[in-house]
Amino acid sequence: MKTGKKAAFFAATAILAVSLAGCATSGGSTGGDAASSDQPYIALVSKGFQHQFWQAVKAGAESKAKELGVTVTFDGPASETEIDSQLQMLQAAIDKKPDAIGYAALDPQACIPLMDAAKEAKIPVVEFDAGCDSDYPLSIAKTDSLGAGALAADHMAELIGNKGEVGIVGHSQINSTGVERRDGFVDQIAAKYPDIKIVDIQYGDGDHLKSADIAKAMIAAHPNLKGLYGTNEGSAIGIVNAVGELGLEKGKITVIGFDSGQAQIDAITDGTMAGAITQNPIGIGEATVQAAFDAINGKTPEKVIDTGYFWYDSTNMEDADIAAVLYK
Amino acid sequence: MTNMNATPVTDKPKVTEGAPSRAATTRSFLRAQLQQSLAFATLVALLLFFSIASANFFTWSNISGILLSTAVIGILALGTTFVIITGGIDLSIGTGMTLSAVMTGIFLVNLELPLIVGVIGGIATGALIGFINGFNIAILKLPPFIATLAMMLIAQGLALVISGVRPIYFSSVPGFKDIALGTLIPGLPNAVLILFVLAIFAYIVLGKTIVGRYTFAIGSNEEATRLSGVNTRKWKIIIYTVAGLFTGIAGVVIAARLDSAQPQLGVGYELQAIAAVIIGGTSLLGGRGSIMGTLIGALIMSVLINGLRIMSIQTEWQNVVVGLVILVAVFTDSLRSQRSAT
Repeated sequence: MKTGKKAAFFAATAILAVSLAGCATSGGSTGGDAASSDQPYIALVSKGFQHQFWQAVKAGAESKAKELGVTVTFDGPASETEIDSQLQMLQAAIDKKPDAIGYAALDPQACIPLMDAAKEAKIPVVEFDAGCDSDYPLSIAKTDSLGAGALAADHMAELIGNKGEVGIVGHSQINSTGVERRDGFVDQIAAKYPDIKIVDIQYGDGDHLKSADIAKAMIAAHPNLKGLYGTNEGSAIGIVNAVGELGLEKGKITVIGFDSGQAQIDAITDGTMAGAITQNPIGIGEATVQAAFDAINGKTPEKVIDTGYFWYDSTNMEDADIAAVLYK
Repeated sequence: MTNMNATPVTDKPKVTEGAPSRAATTRSFLRAQLQQSLAFATLVALLLFFSIASANFFTWSNISGILLSTAVIGILALGTTFVIITGGIDLSIGTGMTLSAVMTGIFLVNLELPLIVGVIGGIATGALIGFINGFNIAILKLPPFIATLAMMLIAQGLALVISGVRPIYFSSVPGFKDIALGTLIPGLPNAVLILFVLAIFAYIVLGKTIVGRYTFAIGSNEEATRLSGVNTRKWKIIIYTVAGLFTGIAGVVIAARLDSAQPQLGVGYELQAIAAVIIGGTSLLGGRGSIMGTLIGALIMSVLINGLRIMSIQTEWQNVVVGLVILVAVFTDSLRSQRSAT
């Protein structure tokens, strides 16, 4: 009996600790103290904060906020699977009664009740990166991921001479960016390049190490592989590491990446990577704060703000308009 | 998970039937041998199966790839084996590894210390994490599950804070990458060599030294060990510090392999390492386990994952298969412990 009780106690403690852990890992709040200043306050609830991409969005939001004289806070869960804790952050943001909310939905359905709550509280909402299936938000600043995936496919086709085997190292088969960057690529190949065969698609969660091992397995399994496409920074760097570790000569396998970061920029410079698609994360941050600012001042922001995507490689990396959207 | 939640129970005195008889010891030795050869047979069967299933599996390039992908998890698993044999658990090894990698980056890139100093600093970070775990468990009497869960979060947070949520690149440190990817033995990445050397080291420490003896003693009956005059607190701290040492080395190896310290990595690695230990026949209840088994367990995991990838099995199914293998391993383990308890 005593053992049973004690085991139950430990189990309960463990469960408590795990649930506390859930809260603790979902921190990542930054920014000034909202209530104390007279400036308009915009609460941004992001999909994450750990990746360089979100840090760039945050940087864009903060620089725009400075320019417009508003205060912003930037919250996000520790990983893009923590839909639940992100909703708690959104709830907390609503409770703080900001002048506007900027939101990037992790799940398009789960956020609907909170959008209704924001409407009730008369807090204008603008979205970024990924939207909620609610008609309350005024606008969304995002990348056309399907188009970006298709652009990657066009460059892949051109680089491998419109025929041969290619593989995809994806970062998620669930979240919208992972799905759309993959589908945009796959659909474009199917529609325009009948001689290109996509032989494998696997997912490494954007983990550099896991993605490298996946890429190596793909290269081993398909000796005729001509190209690999990594759908985010971690996936792309994983491929680059795999090619390096196997000691393949540069360009034997055409590597196309996504987003930027120091490692991808280096890989493109030294020729391991042919090129990559970049979004405009700083632009997303800026546009979101601008849209929120407009909403606060009674102006209606544009419904969809396409912040654009670009192909970059060693030939145009230094161009001013490309260099401006790359982050290190 | 039930098993893992139950592990802290070993902190209380067990209803003891005295020292195990010689016959029982022999039996448990044989059982351990059986589990190990079972694991080894599984490994061979997997290798055979995948070699037949795909012509591209059994190539040196792929085998060396498998070995390299075993290195980081394998090193973590070696250290954790000690902890699990004591009947404890260490959930902080994944993010502890990341914190060690980040500190290596701080020492080498930001402070521009000499290579050897930075590497030792990174390893020392891991050892310090292990020491604090040991202190919290042995002196403050926190259940290992909770103490190391807290440390897992602390290490994750610190890795992000210290790095400024930004990867640290080692491109300015010549030779650093070679720690993992150089080839002292032609064709074999150094990371694999490090794994094997550490395995031999761990084998000797666990099998031939007083640290190993007390690791088993604490795991089989902590109270009896304490009553026989052994300072179990001290030895628990030492054992967790040894595990931390391995965590630190894994941190340096992963940083060298990626030529960067990625502060957001690490969560989930601890579970893979624990899985490797369990598949290798080490009991979560403590008192039984082996380094050879852990090494085989880690290889089973990476051969399985690599083979499924080579066969282009969908990622989601890969997880299911690996999960089933862990389930079977833990099930056979619990079957045996039930039998040995009666």
